Amino acid sequence: MSDLSDLYGEVILDHYKRPRNFKLLPDATHKAAGANPLCGDHIQVTLKLDGDKIADIGFMGNGCAISRAAASVMTQEILGKSRSEAEGLFRKYRAMVTREAGKPYEGEDLGKLAVFSGVAEFPVRVKCATLAWHAMEAALRGSGGTVSTE
Amino acid sequence: MKAVESHGSKVEGAVIDWLKVRNDFPALRQQVRGKPLVYLDNAATSQKPQVVIDAVREYYEQHNANIHRGVHWLSEQATIAYEGVRKKVARFINAADPRECVFVRGATEGINLVAQTFGRRKIGKGDEILLSALEHHSNIVPWQLLCEEKGATIRVIPMNDAGELLVDEFAKLLSPRTKLVAVTHVSNALGTITPIKRIASMAKLAGVTVLVDGAQAVPHQPVDVHDIGADFYIFSGHKMCAPTGIGVAWAPLILWDSLPPWQGGGDMISSVSFEKSTWAEVPAKFEAGTPHIEGVVGLGAAIDYLAAIGMDRIAAREKTLLQAFEAAIRRVPGTRLVGTAKEKAGVASFVMEGIHPHDIGTIADQEGVALRTGHHCAQPVMTRLGLAATARASVAFYNTPEEALALESAIRRVSEVFGA
Repeated sequence: MSDLSDLYGEVILDHYKRPRNFKLLPDATHKAAGANPLCGDHIQVTLKLDGDKIADIGFMGNGCAISRAAASVMTQEILGKSRSEAEGLFRKYRAMVTREAGKPYEGEDLGKLAVFSGVAEFPVRVKCATLAWHAMEAALRGSGGTVSTE
Repeated sequence: MKAVESHGSKVEGAVIDWLKVRNDFPALRQQVRGKPLVYLDNAATSQKPQVVIDAVREYYEQHNANIHRGVHWLSEQATIAYEGVRKKVARFINAADPRECVFVRGATEGINLVAQTFGRRKIGKGDEILLSALEHHSNIVPWQLLCEEKGATIRVIPMNDAGELLVDEFAKLLSPRTKLVAVTHVSNALGTITPIKRIASMAKLAGVTVLVDGAQAVPHQPVDVHDIGADFYIFSGHKMCAPTGIGVAWAPLILWDSLPPWQGGGDMISSVSFEKSTWAEVPAKFEAGTPHIEGVVGLGAAIDYLAAIGMDRIAAREKTLLQAFEAAIRRVPGTRLVGTAKEKAGVASFVMEGIHPHDIGTIADQEGVALRTGHHCAQPVMTRLGLAATARASVAFYNTPEEALALESAIRRVSEVFGA
């Protein structure tokens, strides 16, 4: 049985109301947009790479609490990381939020990202929780443009 | 039928026991997430009464055969049932002749049928199609595809902030280039009832063909295609208690006769050789292949069911319910109704300060309340109102005033979760 507090925990609501790194970098080296056509959500992710390291990151967009909080926490978690570390984190995060509902998360400790563990109980919200991550990955891979959840 | 013993106008004045009517719908008896289901997504699709479910089952148990083909008894029975429903449809919308009612998969297919037949034959380079700002994507995209092919242009009848069409602006848009006006009867996103009779009569004066998307109107109010005066009137079965995958495209015989066939195949031909085929008469001309016979049978049962209650009573009941639901939404601080037209049917769209509709939908769902959230396949409506999305409660006659209170408490829960 899913519980609302699994989804709308304190950290998620805090990041929704006061998103961190809520900005677009004027000197971005990498950027991409993400869209969820079903709910009309739209997000832009900009990154500045110094060599292989993510030296700065910012996002802006219109979305639900889950998508905005996921973007905000993501920016904090991947700042300072290398490209491959960021992509690796996305793989683990995605595995956590897409695991079978009702099963406890038994993977590696993902630190602050663990607050999104409850998303797995709400399969229709997985797209919200991964929208910014998909955009970040597209930006790093240089594919640019807009990635869509559909 | 259990809920109402007599039929049509004979029950005039009789009081309907709406709770008994509600009991005709098995899906409404279930619990969702430990709470009684409060189904408020009727504009997306309606629930089905037992009589419709039984009619479909009985068709497969007793009458299943292909129509218009076999000389055998069962095929004859299936054909009688299928064509019998066409007569019911005609009576239900006051069509002059059952042959005017073409069975399609739903309103979307009906509009595409008109675009591919009337549109391709009568609309050309430089012509204009007028759509309204309230349209569902299904009454926009088929015309865009046509315009791309033909070099025609779409122009939009604007609306005000309440969601009412500006008829004076419509008058200005009508020109010798206008070949078609395609307008919804009731908006799926905002619930606005459009002044369709006025629009049709103004268009007719200008010699322009009129298509009405009736998907949100036929389930909720009496519809008389003659009185409306449009050329095409299109609706879906699944929003009016019938199965999915069945709908109706209505037009006068003379108009259907003037149009080329659409899909080719069995049932739509008079004779076929490899050199040339000739077409069957309307409506068979537009019903290629084995149709959705069970859907048609279910549609017939749904029409009987609705007609026995009375569409005027259903409209009155839903008006009262809508007022209760709108009042319930307004009582929660921080909410705002979107779509406040004077003439409305069935839909209460709303937003909450600082809370995305998607989150409203998830939290309401935890309370057993089924809402639709998003752009409702009407993105231009959202864009016009400066919104990305709304939450939408859409009612049917089987909803109850108590469910308005359940919605209110679900919305209060949303506020609590967000600490508002």
